[in-house]
Amino acid sequence: MVENEGIRRYVAHAILWIGIAVVAFPVYLAFVASTQDNALIANGQMSLLPGGHFLETYYRTIFVGTSGTTREPVGMMLFNSFIMAMSIALGKIAISILSAYAIVFFRFPFRMTVFWIIFITLMLPVEVRIYPTYKIAADLSLLDSYSGLALPLIASATATLLFRQFFMTVPDELLEASRIDGAGPFRFFKDTLLPLSRTNMAALFVILFIYGWNQYLWPLLITTRDDMQTIQVGIRKMIVTSDALTEWPIVMATAILAMLPPVFVVIVMQKLFVRGLVETEK
Amino acid sequence: MQKQSVFTSRWLPFALIAPQLAVVLVFFYWPAAQAVLQSFLLQDAFGLSTTFVWFENYKELLSEPGYFASIVRTFVFAFAIAISSLSLALLFAVMADKPLRGVGIYRTLLIWPYAVAPPVAGVLWVFMLNPSLGVLARGLRELGVDWNPLLDGNQAAALVILASAWKQISYNFLFFLAGLQSIPKSVHEAAAIDGARPMRRFWTVTFPLLTPTIFFLIVVNIVYAFFDTFGVIDTMTRGGPAKATETLVYKVYTDGLLGGNLGSSAAQSVILMGIVIVLTAIQFRFVERKVTY
Amino acid sequence: MANVTLRNVRKTYPGGVDAIKGINFEVADGQFCVLVGPSGCGKSTLLRMVAGLETITSGEIDIGGRVVNQIEPADRDIAMVFQNYALYPHMSVYNNMAYGLRNRGMAKPEIDKRVREAAQILEIVPMLDRKPRQLSGGQRQRVAMGRAIVRQPKVFLFDEPLSNLDAKLRIAMRVEIRKLQRRLKTTSIYVTHDQLEAMTLADILVVMNGGIVEQIGNPLDIYQKPATTFVASFIGAPPMNLTPLNAAEFASRVGNGGTLPGAPSGAILGVRPEDLTITSEATPAGGVGYDLTVEAIERVGAETFVYGAHAHQAETAAVSANPGELPPGEIIVRVPGQAAPAIGQRIKATAPLDKLHLFAADGRSRIDL
Repeated sequence: MVENEGIRRYVAHAILWIGIAVVAFPVYLAFVASTQDNALIANGQMSLLPGGHFLETYYRTIFVGTSGTTREPVGMMLFNSFIMAMSIALGKIAISILSAYAIVFFRFPFRMTVFWIIFITLMLPVEVRIYPTYKIAADLSLLDSYSGLALPLIASATATLLFRQFFMTVPDELLEASRIDGAGPFRFFKDTLLPLSRTNMAALFVILFIYGWNQYLWPLLITTRDDMQTIQVGIRKMIVTSDALTEWPIVMATAILAMLPPVFVVIVMQKLFVRGLVETEK
Repeated sequence: MQKQSVFTSRWLPFALIAPQLAVVLVFFYWPAAQAVLQSFLLQDAFGLSTTFVWFENYKELLSEPGYFASIVRTFVFAFAIAISSLSLALLFAVMADKPLRGVGIYRTLLIWPYAVAPPVAGVLWVFMLNPSLGVLARGLRELGVDWNPLLDGNQAAALVILASAWKQISYNFLFFLAGLQSIPKSVHEAAAIDGARPMRRFWTVTFPLLTPTIFFLIVVNIVYAFFDTFGVIDTMTRGGPAKATETLVYKVYTDGLLGGNLGSSAAQSVILMGIVIVLTAIQFRFVERKVTY
Repeated sequence: MANVTLRNVRKTYPGGVDAIKGINFEVADGQFCVLVGPSGCGKSTLLRMVAGLETITSGEIDIGGRVVNQIEPADRDIAMVFQNYALYPHMSVYNNMAYGLRNRGMAKPEIDKRVREAAQILEIVPMLDRKPRQLSGGQRQRVAMGRAIVRQPKVFLFDEPLSNLDAKLRIAMRVEIRKLQRRLKTTSIYVTHDQLEAMTLADILVVMNGGIVEQIGNPLDIYQKPATTFVASFIGAPPMNLTPLNAAEFASRVGNGGTLPGAPSGAILGVRPEDLTITSEATPAGGVGYDLTVEAIERVGAETFVYGAHAHQAETAAVSANPGELPPGEIIVRVPGQAAPAIGQRIKATAPLDKLHLFAADGRSRIDL
């Protein structure tokens, strides 16, 4: 409208730049710190411009690790986080799309009971049942294993509900046409439902990958071996209360590395990400 | 609820739901049931025998002054985080909803922090506000603030709230923007023709139409503050100093892990479950309104 | 090629609702059968039972000499065109048509031959590589037809295939479907609620209402001799004028002493609007005459419809309210051309004896004059 001309527009631009600054400043600072000398930072003499230790710090972070605290190379942690995030995302999508298919496209005894059993899991995040879950994982000897990292986090209904909602919008006639075309339940799923669900699966994958990558409390409990640590747990262990021992450039480089994959996913697949987020929260 | 046209098979649907059902039963229902059962049991000091004690664990827990303080603290954190990040996010979203040049880039640059993990957010802020070497701490000291969150509980709390709210801005921004974009343009135009100036139009037209989104986000933010702040707290303050940042979830963790008091930890879990269920129920009511408004 | 026979077919839903209440008819090989009726009359349900998409509660459906009650839709050797086309949105036009053939394990060259042939017939060759969303409504319709044709089934089933098209396209496609069916000589069953579509397409017309068959026959026979008041008012537009009579009134209205044997008290008299003439002359011998006050005029160009209230309103109020029927007391007269009386004018409309229809008081049977 006419009012959007002139001064109002400049104000809007200014506010948005301030917003971006607020949001980006801590990350910028982390990057700057990761390129500077530890002694300088520890003295409180840190500069606000990038320094010259970029390659050195990142090489040490990824392949060597801190010299004082964890002593584990972050490359290993990145790998663990990646495996965990992928297993959570793919595992959840796989079991959810199957159960949603059964609930929507079949009629069977206890269908609604099953639906509610799955639906209720929406309510409780893993944090509230953390110790009993830990105990079960221990009893099933899942400690320090990738399945132990992933399985309890797969146990929730968000994806099932999303697929169910989507399947409900698939017109009945499509199923009927398939039946007349000689497609049974397997063919219909493979030839029609899966291709139609591609966008939803991708959107869900983006959200679940970030969710899995950013898990903290559960990996903290279930991993005891250093070589099974995820990056979120690793970074916390690098910080020690006595500041002198903390190697800040490496901590900050780890923080940047920990952010990189999920931030990359959000920026590159922004459309899918927004869609996934809005859909799963509905 | 169900399609008119379905497949019929005796065994296939059960085979299809089996994996999810197995995972949910083993890793959700069984632990949740264990938590409830455990909360009624008392273990002796050596863990050799357990006795059924009814609500003894709950009674003890609720008479513990530290627990009550933790409840109050958690809610204070939750509201502080919700209000600060919601208001900033709303401001940015309203600006980013305008037809500005390069608005797509602004949007992208405002949503990416969603992907930052809570412990990483904690690390970033703890570094900036570290009393001896942090860049912002330096500034604060120059302004005459006696900044030491390692000793001052209120400052530690502020630190946790700051980092948690910072991380949540992008999430709220995204939903506000979606909410704003779902308001038909014609409504704004009608209000403009009715003589409402932009500010007035925001408060009389936009804001009321956004209330469903706002209610939804308040609940989501409270749940976030309850659970996802664990990573922030654990990297920044570890509940300290003197439990000044010990939220309910953090207390479950410390009492169970460090104190070894499983009965009490279980009772705390059950109370938390109750709180989440109430919050979720509220959310479902508002989500329904969100759809129909 | 096959004939389709329905024997005492019933459908009862689990809630106890009777959707189809015992239906018998036969469609001979190569015939085009149209099921017509108001919405909710059970015509779509019946078609879906033939397709195998709905179970049959009792009775038998026989396709080409084989009872198919327990046979899967895919194995009934039928093809179906859906109202919303139900094209697979993620497959190209080509694959939409080929899918059913591939599922049956047909050899690739044969599939290709059939798809190209069908595309040729339907003039959609340039669109074979496109996705359904890139097509117009009419083109999607053709693809849906193509998917049915390539299968070379024993029976085509059409479920209101034209109702999503605009009026002009609907007429064009109607003609094409008829031509195509004549050419392929495939037995077809076609469901519609549009009586004009039904009249123009059908070899054999089945008029349904409330889960039963009201009348079966050649469309023109049905038009000329509707078996019930429902059929009389459903087939033909505008609908037949229906007025109940008592014996005395019958005598007074039907000229020449009104000696019509077997016309019971309360029988219903029917006259089609096109059989009425506005005249100042006396009612012809044995015919009927209405004294009308003109209430509304509709000019559609080639003809004009005159809506008039007739003098005996009070006695006509008891006519059962069938869908498509006139409001009580109103008579429609069709006049060729554009000349018409003025609104408010009193006129007389008459019809000769051989244009009258007479039905029993309950409207369920026809009394031949």
